Amino acid sequence: MSLLSEIEECGEVIGKDTIDSFLACMQCGKCTGSCPSGRVTSYRTRRVINRLQAGDRSVLADPNLWMCTTCYTCYERCPREVRITDIIRAVRNLAAKEGYMSKSHRATASYVIKTGHAVPINDETKKLRKELGLSEVPPTTHKFPKALESIRKIIKKTNFDKLVGFDWDTMSLEERGEK
Amino acid sequence: MGYDEFRREGGKMKEYAYFLGCITPNRYPGIEASTIKVLKRFGIETRDLNGASCCPAPGVFGSFDLNTWLLIAARNVTLADMIGLDIYVTCNGCYGSLQEADHLLKERPELKEWVNEILSDEGLEYKGRIKVKHIIEVLYEDIGVDKIKDAVVSPINAKIGAHYGCHFLKPSLVRGHGSPEKPTILDELIEATCAESIDYKDKLMCCGAGGGLRSRDLNTSLEFTRQKIANMKDAGIEASVDTCAFCHLQMDRGQIEIKEKFGEEYNLPILFITQLIGLSFGFSTKELGLDKHSIPMTEKFIR
Ligand code: SF4
Ligand code: SF4
Repeated sequence: MSLLSEIEECGEVIGKDTIDSFLACMQCGKCTGSCPSGRVTSYRTRRVINRLQAGDRSVLADPNLWMCTTCYTCYERCPREVRITDIIRAVRNLAAKEGYMSKSHRATASYVIKTGHAVPINDETKKLRKELGLSEVPPTTHKFPKALESIRKIIKKTNFDKLVGFDWDTMSLEERGEK
Repeated sequence: MGYDEFRREGGKMKEYAYFLGCITPNRYPGIEASTIKVLKRFGIETRDLNGASCCPAPGVFGSFDLNTWLLIAARNVTLADMIGLDIYVTCNGCYGSLQEADHLLKERPELKEWVNEILSDEGLEYKGRIKVKHIIEVLYEDIGVDKIKDAVVSPINAKIGAHYGCHFLKPSLVRGHGSPEKPTILDELIEATCAESIDYKDKLMCCGAGGGLRSRDLNTSLEFTRQKIANMKDAGIEASVDTCAFCHLQMDRGQIEIKEKFGEEYNLPILFITQLIGLSFGFSTKELGLDKHSIPMTEKFIR
């Protein structure tokens, strides 16, 4: 499969037209010039699009791919209407499938599998909630175990647990070397 | 505004389901308390959205697996759809996920079908009857700047730096709030409290937290934050006001991390928009949870 069709597959829910928009890039560099991340890192938005156009798979292993904060500034300004930020999300999906997911990101994902929240409650906040006149535990998956079960079902259905490397027996992340 | 006035103006009391997300209820419940209190002043009631989860974060989970992202976001929207209430959120990330998911499901019938097939396990069905709104829209459209002005009893006499964050306005194609290049909506709400919204360098720049950058590379993420806060300080700004719980965490707690990592100390108070409005309505610093922020409030924000 070509890089393009693999990215299209990863980005199916956001649409083929959105993904394919990078084919119209004319390499003007406006995206790089707009990018807050490019100011402080060696990430260059235009280069990513350029490598995608060339079908260069090495882009998947490049840690710079993860320096984008999805701020959408480039997306708004691109004169060729390349849906850059959405494309980056889809390319990252493919990178994740190939195992380029950092330990810290796997940990964030595991909190949702364990609690339904990427940032779960703690004792300090429970106390503060009470002081503020709120319920000690919010009316979310934290309070409704059945809702958490539904989230887990979805996660199993999409194989998100396997993507992340989550072990249901130990309820923690499998050991996996970081690529 | 009382109930009677509300009825005169067109009928029903407005009720919303509050989609909490993660950071608001689990780190900054002051945002939750302030928002509920401020809306109540105008007869707007807030209902729990029982069983909601992480939105899940659009730039984080959307970067890992878009299918999982859409299904979980759609489930959250559907919980409100089932009880027939519009949603409001207090985080740009939650807004990004839920509003985009709702938009996709309304535009693409095949996605709706797929989502409903999976959600039917839980007895849920997405029908697309409700709207996902950002709290800024509720304040600006349902209530309006003039009514907020009229309700101010304790004017804020301070120079404020507005921080819009990214996902409230962008992508404008999906959000539909017009151009994100020169927004005024937050500045107008800030000025309704008698405060002055001051321009500063790179005002619309990202806080640095999104897209998984905060968890993956904290130093880089904080460098964005440091630049923003330094720019505000240079402009003589006394506090920053935001629209997003995640930006809020990044800019408040982030200042402690900046001090630890870069040895720079800014002490710029960070307030969520309903905390600022709450102060101007006479609520106390404590009732709004402002006394529990990492960066202490300065005198002008203590009531
Ligand atoms: S702004 Fe658009 S056209 Fe210009 S280099 Fe970037 S993606 Fe290509
Ligand atoms: S969306 Fe990403 S690539 Fe585009 S300007 Fe923002 S940080 Fe840079």
